[in-house]
Amino acid sequence: MGTPVIMPQLGESVVEGKIGKWLKKVGDEVKLYEPIFEVETDKVTTEVTASGEGTLLKLYFDEGDTVQAGALVAYIGQPGETPPEASSISVHDAHSAGEASKTQPAEVQPAPQRGRGPTRLSPVVARIAAEYNVDVSQIQGTGEGGRITKRDILAYIESRSQVDERGETRGAESRVGSEAELAPWEYPSTGELFKPSEETAPPAPTQPTPRAPDASRPTSPTTDVVPLSSMRRAIAEHMVRSVQTSPHATTVWEVDCSQISAHREANKAAFERDGAHLTFLPYFIVATVQALKRHPRVNSSWEERGIVLHRTINIGVAVSLPDGLIVPVIHNADALSLLGLAQAIHDLAERARSGRLRPNEVQGGTFTITNHGGFGSLFATPIIHQPQCAILGIGKIEKRPVVVDAGGTDALTIRPMAYLSLSFDHRVLDGADADHFMATLKWTLENWHAP
Amino acid sequence: MSEKTLVEGIREALDEELARDPNVFITGTDIGPRGGVFLATQGLYAKYGPRRIIDSPLAESSIIGVGIGAAMNGMRPVCEIQFADFIHPAYNQIVNEAARMFYRSGGQYCVPLVIRCPYGGGVGGGLYHSQSVEATFAHVPGLKVVIPSNPRDAKGLLKSAIRDNNPVLFLEPKKGYRAIKGEVPEGEYTEPLGVAKVTRAGDDITVYAYGMMHFYCVQAADQVAEEGISVELVDLRTLNPLDKATVLQSFKKTGKALIVYEDNRFVGFGAEIAALLCEEAFEHMDAPIMRLAGPDVPAVPYSRPLQDWFMPDVQRIVEAMRKLAAY
Repeated sequence: MGTPVIMPQLGESVVEGKIGKWLKKVGDEVKLYEPIFEVETDKVTTEVTASGEGTLLKLYFDEGDTVQAGALVAYIGQPGETPPEASSISVHDAHSAGEASKTQPAEVQPAPQRGRGPTRLSPVVARIAAEYNVDVSQIQGTGEGGRITKRDILAYIESRSQVDERGETRGAESRVGSEAELAPWEYPSTGELFKPSEETAPPAPTQPTPRAPDASRPTSPTTDVVPLSSMRRAIAEHMVRSVQTSPHATTVWEVDCSQISAHREANKAAFERDGAHLTFLPYFIVATVQALKRHPRVNSSWEERGIVLHRTINIGVAVSLPDGLIVPVIHNADALSLLGLAQAIHDLAERARSGRLRPNEVQGGTFTITNHGGFGSLFATPIIHQPQCAILGIGKIEKRPVVVDAGGTDALTIRPMAYLSLSFDHRVLDGADADHFMATLKWTLENWHAP
Repeated sequence: MSEKTLVEGIREALDEELARDPNVFITGTDIGPRGGVFLATQGLYAKYGPRRIIDSPLAESSIIGVGIGAAMNGMRPVCEIQFADFIHPAYNQIVNEAARMFYRSGGQYCVPLVIRCPYGGGVGGGLYHSQSVEATFAHVPGLKVVIPSNPRDAKGLLKSAIRDNNPVLFLEPKKGYRAIKGEVPEGEYTEPLGVAKVTRAGDDITVYAYGMMHFYCVQAADQVAEEGISVELVDLRTLNPLDKATVLQSFKKTGKALIVYEDNRFVGFGAEIAALLCEEAFEHMDAPIMRLAGPDVPAVPYSRPLQDWFMPDVQRIVEAMRKLAAY
């Protein structure tokens, strides 16, 4: 078992030493405490003595090499014994920078000074040293235990560049990956997890705005403010958008409802037995479906690429609620009988009023009917449900005196009459298109025969 | 400009938002005629009446549940939880409902709800009146967590929180309600959520703090400045969403970070800052990232000496600053 010769740490802040002169050659006999080599630091030059006896078997460094404290520099043993491989760190080898570096002492005894390795650099110091090609052994550390701090290396570079005429220092730009290179999951929880506040937050009253006077309303004795529900806001948004999107035009037709009234009276009881309350609305839907089939352009949407004709007929029916309205949709209305429509209307209206509609039941409409006559209205100018191209309003059915043809002579008679209004998107339809549609609708209703 | 206390900043924000937007209302325990246990809502009941300043039953899950429902229908409720310690019965409402609603409904619904909540120890409040809960809630995506450290920010951030379309947990340092004073601008202003603030520029070390600990850090930074240690102080202000850019920018300047918070140390907010710095600024690191935090015991003790043992204070912050600067 031989004795390694270790580069000592000469003082707390000294991390390495330069081998000044070998006092023994390979093969020399060495006695205990006999000087083996001189070590030079910037503070002192001293001799390093042997801590064991034997033959000097190997020298690991040349004179002039700077060696990290704790590194194996020579090996004393018995003749014939194989000295260990060089495994120490040469921090600054003048001949071959980098050679034999980057490995930790393997079989050497513990360094005289415990704790942090002398050249353990913080990430920022290591980076700066690499970027500026700095020999950190030249830097006097001022950090804990002589550690080289960021400030130390920056001060060193500063002083060096003042000395160095060439001043070939590279920029110290960060090499950390830019934000754009990060994967989405590396970002904190922003984006769609949060709703942007500028969307609906009232504007800050930094300057007089229409909203500013509202702020005083709650305390005013003459006014009250009804808070805007989200449904109210949604309706408002949609109505404004619709009239801004589509140039509305409305055509009004008068329809004789004698035929459908008679049919309804005759079949009401039968429908009740099937659990359906028969109103007039299913008749108008059936007639609308017929007319849409005949005039598919009314069942369409305006898009920049062209007028999109819908192959399915999905009829929305406006249902009023205490604070607004909702438009449930009867999908594939053309596939339903009068009975099926009556049942569907009843079911959707009930669930609309109790807030139990499913999302798909208020989506996908291609044409909408609003039954404003239910409240006594004769005719109206409804606003289109975007992105559809038309909406049909049904006025109140009431008995009116009308002039009819009675065998070649005019006669005055009493008929249940209703005004039907069609508001249409004048980008898609012209008045003639709308009236052709209405003519079909009127004819179907006035010449009713059970489909 | 006039000097006001932090709680006065809160009260002004509430008053101005109530006046500005009729959809704003306040609910919570004792917040009505009594003005709240810390008098944050003092005078508001007399001014706005029982329809807008609504005393609630002693049931936090109900306070928040009511707030969520109202918020989803267009109101802007400000719910007060009397102490952060009592927020836990409402955890389900906050985390499972409020924070997830916008995401869960595919953007159809949002919950513009503010939960005001005094937090923190050092007031002799013992186990049930001293907790810090920010780490628990900052973990929840979809919930914003805001903590002001001074009267100006308290007012400006609370106004922004009320106008925000998302649920915001607004934690107020109760020890600082009257201890922290500062200038508050006259007239309308807001402070943005999600933006940290460098409150003191320095070169040697970066200290990250918020709320009461930021107040202490200002004093500690003054002390060590006399010893030649230059501290850059970052007031995080919003913990979620975190202002990563400001956090990283300061660290890249100094390379040394200390995070100070009074919440328990383990899995506290300091751990998130430390992880962020390691992941995105490793090559700028010049010292181990340090945390100074409350100890990992179940609660702030009632005994005064033990409370002092629990709470990070100016002296401890000074020592941590020195240690980090010397590294």
